[in-house]
Amino acid sequence: MSGEIIKHPGLNLGAAHGPDHDAAEPMIFGFWLFLMSDAILFGMVFATYVSSLSATAGGPGPRALYDIRSVFIETLFLLASSFTFGMASLALKYRHGAPRLIAWLAVTLLLGTGFLGLESHDFITMFANGGAPGRSGFLSAFFDLVPLHGLHVMGGCIWLISLVGQIARYGIDRQVKLGIMRLALFWHFLDIVWIAIFSVVYLGGLT
Amino acid sequence: MSPPLGRVGLHSLPFWQMLQQPTQSNVINGVIASGAAGIMIVGAIVTVVLITRYRKWGVLWTQWLTSTDHKRIGIMYVVLAFVMLARALIEAGLMRAQQAFGLHGGFLAPHHFAELFSTHGTIMIFFMAMPFLTGLINFVMPMQIGARDVTFPRLNSISLGLTTAGAALVMISLALGKFSTGGWFGYPPYTETRFTPGVGPDYWIWALELTGLGSTFTGINFVATIWKERAPGMTLLRMPLFTWTALCTSLLMMFAMPPLTVALSQLALDRYLGFHYFTNALGGNMMHFVNLFWMFGHPEVYILILPSFGIYSEVISTFSGKMLYGYRSLVSATVAIAILSFTVWLHHFFTMGQSASINAVFGIATMMIGIPTGVKVYDWIWTMFRGRIRFTVPMVYAIGFIFLFVLGGMSGILLADPGIDYQVHNTVFLVAHFHNVAVPGVLFGLIAGYHFWFPKAFGFRLHERWGMLSAACWIVGFMLAFFPLYPLGLMGLPRRAVSYAQPSYVPLERVAFVGAILVLAALAALVVQLWVSIKHRQENRVFVGDPWDGRSLEWSVSAPPPEYNFALTPVVEDRDAFTLAKERGEAYRLAAAYADIELPKNSALGPVFGAVGLALAFGLVWHIWWLVILSTLTVLMTLIASGFSRDTTRVVHAEEVRRDEERWIGAARASTAISRADECDSCNVGLAVQEQEGAAA
Repeated sequence: MSGEIIKHPGLNLGAAHGPDHDAAEPMIFGFWLFLMSDAILFGMVFATYVSSLSATAGGPGPRALYDIRSVFIETLFLLASSFTFGMASLALKYRHGAPRLIAWLAVTLLLGTGFLGLESHDFITMFANGGAPGRSGFLSAFFDLVPLHGLHVMGGCIWLISLVGQIARYGIDRQVKLGIMRLALFWHFLDIVWIAIFSVVYLGGLT
Repeated sequence: MSPPLGRVGLHSLPFWQMLQQPTQSNVINGVIASGAAGIMIVGAIVTVVLITRYRKWGVLWTQWLTSTDHKRIGIMYVVLAFVMLARALIEAGLMRAQQAFGLHGGFLAPHHFAELFSTHGTIMIFFMAMPFLTGLINFVMPMQIGARDVTFPRLNSISLGLTTAGAALVMISLALGKFSTGGWFGYPPYTETRFTPGVGPDYWIWALELTGLGSTFTGINFVATIWKERAPGMTLLRMPLFTWTALCTSLLMMFAMPPLTVALSQLALDRYLGFHYFTNALGGNMMHFVNLFWMFGHPEVYILILPSFGIYSEVISTFSGKMLYGYRSLVSATVAIAILSFTVWLHHFFTMGQSASINAVFGIATMMIGIPTGVKVYDWIWTMFRGRIRFTVPMVYAIGFIFLFVLGGMSGILLADPGIDYQVHNTVFLVAHFHNVAVPGVLFGLIAGYHFWFPKAFGFRLHERWGMLSAACWIVGFMLAFFPLYPLGLMGLPRRAVSYAQPSYVPLERVAFVGAILVLAALAALVVQLWVSIKHRQENRVFVGDPWDGRSLEWSVSAPPPEYNFALTPVVEDRDAFTLAKERGEAYRLAAAYADIELPKNSALGPVFGAVGLALAFGLVWHIWWLVILSTLTVLMTLIASGFSRDTTRVVHAEEVRRDEERWIGAARASTAISRADECDSCNVGLAVQEQEGAAA
């Protein structure tokens, strides 16, 4: 590791990857910029949620609707998926070969889709308990914030599948490498957003 | 099952109501609306016919629409801006005419008038000023920092596609259905389904979502470019001031567009799926929208003005023949304005229920913006001081700007005081204020930039006298059109009033109308100027590339520049890099060896995303659900497919680069250098005699 030039924040490919390492610099920097912009998007939606907490308009509130056990399992899924994506990144960096890389990505995808499945189940339960978004300002704000994160995860899953397809077609070439590195940032970013959602929405709502 | 065309019906046509109920008012408004739609449709048909007639579709597709060259994308943005400027100015003329004859009536129906001020504001901000400044930054900034292109050329083309789709949606609203009547900021609950059930707010929402997305990507792209693509030696404090303003504007785009996206999405969810963000019932709160909108809206006005400040800096320094005075203070002031812009949004709604203390905080923050702006004005004046000033067209705009903008700023300081704001808010005093900063500030700057860089883009100068005439009409027309609105506002005329009952308003309204006519004449003069300039382009060629004795790197290449900009990446040692090279006699030199240059290939992604984005938005506006689903799937498939594309670059061979360079440097050696006195003469082929810094004649 010593003497390695860090081209951008986060996991670097390293000089052993030659020109791909150089090509990562502007690409990953640009993606960090996108994440900053996306963070503002989430920030605004968080602000909407927090300032709508009392706007239940006589409808059900957090206690009647949130199921902390289910959300806790979802959280574990996402945290585990961040770990497995980390393993995928290491497999990429140290060139452990396509099968291992794809295996870690596949586990990540499984955890990601598992998260989405559980989350949809939560939403369906909420609907059944009278917690539809049209019921109150509070529920509108909830259904802006949490599904927005879910949509991001879904986008991440589609992106992941598409990258595996690219590996199958082209092997681990430069664009695949840069794609995986960007998706990794995206995935970890969504994890952080989820931790904020878990703390502010679920823990905050139930205490 | 909804009908295949959703909400579209005969009643969506602009002349339908006039045929059904031919009252006098319906006929007048129907004729105006149908006329506008007709002009738009005929214009589109004529364009298509001309392109077909001269067999230009191939060229248009391969050289322009699919181009990933930042210079061509920049030019297309500016073309879009001028088209939209023409529409929005005509609308302004109509509104001034209505008010001039609006004592107890006038000729426009209230609904029609409301559509006009909504489209006028929406277009001027999102589809005129934004594309204009994005185009100029696109064209100029990469060359100023010595780069070959922006960091993400394909994304750049996609941004253009999305912005154009938004503009196209606003144009379609002329012929089909009615646009929003909620003004450019479309406050709910008025824009909620309950009060405005039609397609109007939907047109507004989706047009802005499209262009907002485009601007977010543009911001990211420009910041990455300025951060990562600068030539060796181009440190941050050696960047030309225009690049600095481009950087700050792009950062603002990155951070200020998301609140707009959120506000619009929430309004759309309210309208389409019955959510309650901003409704009156069930816990909705319209103040959320107001806050979100202005968290975008205030930085937005600095997104608009900062590039113009950059243009004025370049123009004033160049045409005074002097280095910019107080470069570091100008940079600090630019950054300060960018940061402060996020701290003042509340001054757009002082009267909407906050406590006096909160208003005071935001009032003081607002006044503080006057400080860095004042610093800038002094820097520009000091740059001119003892300079050898040439009164070219851009310089006339710059000088007009300094006088008028200071006035506009003063009225802004007045409005920053919540006590005064309570008295004059929602009157035309406010309209006078923001036009007084937006027209001389933003628009004059953009037009000055258009004159300044036009020769660089197309290789020939614009006609000087028609330009002067236009500038004079703009300046005088602006003063006549907007100065009367200050007293009218103090006399109590509300903004957006379709008519009034006070005879004392009439004289001032008539003066403003004359001003509007002059402004339209200014636009006509710009059109004539372009026509005359193209006709006489041969005698105004500036192929050598430096018609104004320019100071930054974009002047160090031919006009028009080669697609790779620089044959060899320049090495920068100080500010005003090209002036330095000329003083040292290092300009126009052939290099010993050239290398192959890698450039991005053309890409159809931009036009495809533009077309599909437009289809998606159109489907959403008119509730054509099959189109919505189809376009969404197409977007998804295109995104995935584009991930599979490889081989996205091509190579310009060293031999070709050498040939281009030899032709250009040969031309430079064969040309006579001209002094500044002959700048606007046909002997100016773009080679400047070197003169002493700031020396008098």
